[in-house]
Amino acid sequence: MNNYKKNLLKKRYNAERRFQWYGKIAIGLALTFLAVFMFQIFSKGYSAFQKTWIVTEVHYDKELLLIDAESPSKDDLENADYYDVAYKAMTSLDPGLPEEEDRQLIQMVSYKYETEVKDLLLKNPDFLGKIVPIKLTASDDVDQVHKGNYPRDIPEKNRRVNDYQLQIYDMLNERGDILSEFNISFFTNPDSREAELAGIASSFMGTVFSILVCLAFSFPIAVLAAIYLEEFAPKNKFTDFIEVNINNLAAVPSIVFGLLGLGILLAVFNLPRSTPLVGGITLSLMTLPTIIIAARASLKAVPPSIREAALAMGASNMQTTMHHTVPLSMPGTLSGTIIGLAQALGETAPLILIGMVAFVNTIPGTPVDPAASLPVQIYIWSESAERGFVEKVSACIMVLLAFLILMNLAAQIVRHKFEKKWS
Amino acid sequence: MNLILVTFIILLAFTSYYFGRKKALVIQSSQRLTALPKFYGYYLAAWCAAPALIIFVLWSVFEPSIVKTFILQDYTDQNLTKNELQLIYTKVKALAVGTYTGNITNFLDESANKYIQLKGIANSAKVAIILAILIFSLSFAYRSVQKNDRMREPVEIFLKWVLFVASLGAVLVTIGIIFSLLFEAIRFFQAVKIFDFIFGTHWYPAKTFVRDGQPDPELMKDAFGAVPLFAGTFFIAFIAMCVAIPIGLLSGIYLSEYAGRGVRKYAKPIIEILAGIPTVVYGFFAALTVGPFVKEIGNAMGLEVSSESALAAGAVMGVMIIPFISSLSDDVITAVPQNLRDGSYAMGATKSETVKKVIFPAALPGIVGSILLAVSRAVGETMIVVMASGLAANLTMNPLESTSTITAQIVVILIGDQQFGDPKTQSAFALGISLFIVTLFLNVIALSVVKRYREKYE
Repeated sequence: MNNYKKNLLKKRYNAERRFQWYGKIAIGLALTFLAVFMFQIFSKGYSAFQKTWIVTEVHYDKELLLIDAESPSKDDLENADYYDVAYKAMTSLDPGLPEEEDRQLIQMVSYKYETEVKDLLLKNPDFLGKIVPIKLTASDDVDQVHKGNYPRDIPEKNRRVNDYQLQIYDMLNERGDILSEFNISFFTNPDSREAELAGIASSFMGTVFSILVCLAFSFPIAVLAAIYLEEFAPKNKFTDFIEVNINNLAAVPSIVFGLLGLGILLAVFNLPRSTPLVGGITLSLMTLPTIIIAARASLKAVPPSIREAALAMGASNMQTTMHHTVPLSMPGTLSGTIIGLAQALGETAPLILIGMVAFVNTIPGTPVDPAASLPVQIYIWSESAERGFVEKVSACIMVLLAFLILMNLAAQIVRHKFEKKWS
Repeated sequence: MNLILVTFIILLAFTSYYFGRKKALVIQSSQRLTALPKFYGYYLAAWCAAPALIIFVLWSVFEPSIVKTFILQDYTDQNLTKNELQLIYTKVKALAVGTYTGNITNFLDESANKYIQLKGIANSAKVAIILAILIFSLSFAYRSVQKNDRMREPVEIFLKWVLFVASLGAVLVTIGIIFSLLFEAIRFFQAVKIFDFIFGTHWYPAKTFVRDGQPDPELMKDAFGAVPLFAGTFFIAFIAMCVAIPIGLLSGIYLSEYAGRGVRKYAKPIIEILAGIPTVVYGFFAALTVGPFVKEIGNAMGLEVSSESALAAGAVMGVMIIPFISSLSDDVITAVPQNLRDGSYAMGATKSETVKKVIFPAALPGIVGSILLAVSRAVGETMIVVMASGLAANLTMNPLESTSTITAQIVVILIGDQQFGDPKTQSAFALGISLFIVTLFLNVIALSVVKRYREKYE
């Protein structure tokens, strides 16, 4: 072998190795993106599952509560005036503070602290007249300081927490009167303008209702359509047209379905705005082609021998389909349905267009109550400037991703557990 | 009221199913059955429910507009525009239900009474007609059950029709999309010339907003030029493809040609996770992490970078699209027949040479198809752009500035309360129809290319 050929071979082998590396780098990059992404979400979001409380003492003074009765009833407690009691509970943290500065202390807890003071007494009526310790939800700013998300060393002017509040915080923290507990209220509270009180209950219920409505509308229609197209449709132009239609519909941008919901469901049919009912129907139009395609694929996968056997036993076409082909295709159809629903679950833009971005601070009880959904909640919160909402968004994303992972797992399980392998 | 009626029909259908089955057993004692007993039940149930429900749906669809024409008949002599008539009708309806707050004129009161009366008549007529139909169709069906007619065939034909109607659902959705978009878009193009929309270079719809009145036509002319949006859409899609095509294609090739079974088994689903993440999550990521990151790097290099840059949005969108390209091209490459590879190896080519010179050209149509599908996806992507690339429609080719897209503008215009009849709202539908046409065009080409490619190797 002469030198020239040797060099050529070397060059070609080098090119080979380079090419392999390009592929490895590409995959590495894709995986890195995913890892960075997950890391960012988790590192920003995990702290939202902790809630910060400020512990202080409250004196349920009958006089301040304006309760006259000797043994007050539930109604008396309900209607009592808690303003002074709650105010005293907070200002007692620093008795030396002049009265005109008291807002600084009050701002360290959530604006609903009065309700919390009231709720404790309603739960334990025998606290009346006693001095008891109480946990109050810390304000968003104190919460963020406690979690270390808020820089303390920037100039006081640019900080939302001033030096005095920091001093009180440090004092409380040393005394052990700042508590960190698992944030149950994140899951049980509806949305709120205040980050420390905001929860996902309202948007979660909105999502659940929309998905149920979506399932109720899309699944039956899609399965019936798939059965027709796969088993009964004659081969003609019209059937082809329907098929092309379905394939194209699957690739229409989701926002166009939002325009459809707005232009038809809201404007023509006058369905209630901002509700999971409309959201669910809009999403169902989107998932319809996905489910049809999945159902057709799994109908197609049922071997012809099954059909032939049934026909040979004297079953009609309809009986063959309904008794044998369709039940055998169900695992595939179901897992396709779950995947389609998972897609619908993450959809945001169409829901924004039909008004599901409205601020909802009640938990919806039916599909016709105004609601948001989890992805829309992410959008709403990410638009607010407060620092506390950043971790809420990340936490909400974690909940949403957990949901998606669960659904995809379910789809996998349905597919592998129940699907018959034909070979 | 409606609910009770529907429940009644359905309950009746169930009862007639059991009744029909029982009847079949009775017939069985004297003559041979033409089908299984349950088909007698199905036959009765179908005849009971289907006609009544069809009439019910038709009635519910047409009743409001008929009532409306009756009410508005009294106003024909007043020379009112369509919008004013609509307003009057809304008032009448509100007054009739008791939610109206405003001045009650005599005329309005009269109309509201008429409305209540009409509704009452309509409701009783509906119940009467539906009951009549139920009695008629049930007695008809019962007679043929008695005569022991063939039962299975009619039931199966009926089922087939149900299946057929369901398959029309997808077509209906398409028709709905086209109608809802066209209807508003045509009204928009009555106010704004289509030429100004397609070729205008200035998009600023907020300018046309005038409280209580018609906007100035001069302003309208210059406010709805969609060129910056078209340019922005394709620019961001281009940035996304610059990220997605090399990474997606190379990883697709590696997975299909080089990777061992273990790598393939884990890497492929993990990469596909990227496609399953909701776009709003990507948007948050782009706005909070990538945007500031790009800005920092740009500032360090002495460049002026907007914190909402097209680059950040495009790059994140590209990451989202990677799995589309990688798994589609993986499928396409795997479908290339093995004998092409064997032939190339036999001639002494290395693996990469085979990939580059034999497999890639053979798979090219399929790859182009998958890239077109990915472009259509990028064009229709909404949340990433809304959250990360700003909302001002700048006509720019600088990736470090903020631009806006068709989808983002639709969201911006329609978020919050919309006023139908306002050219600003209608412009969103005009944008929607242009988006629909562009993506449809891309999809049709892509699907036909992929289909032809598949046929080539099957």
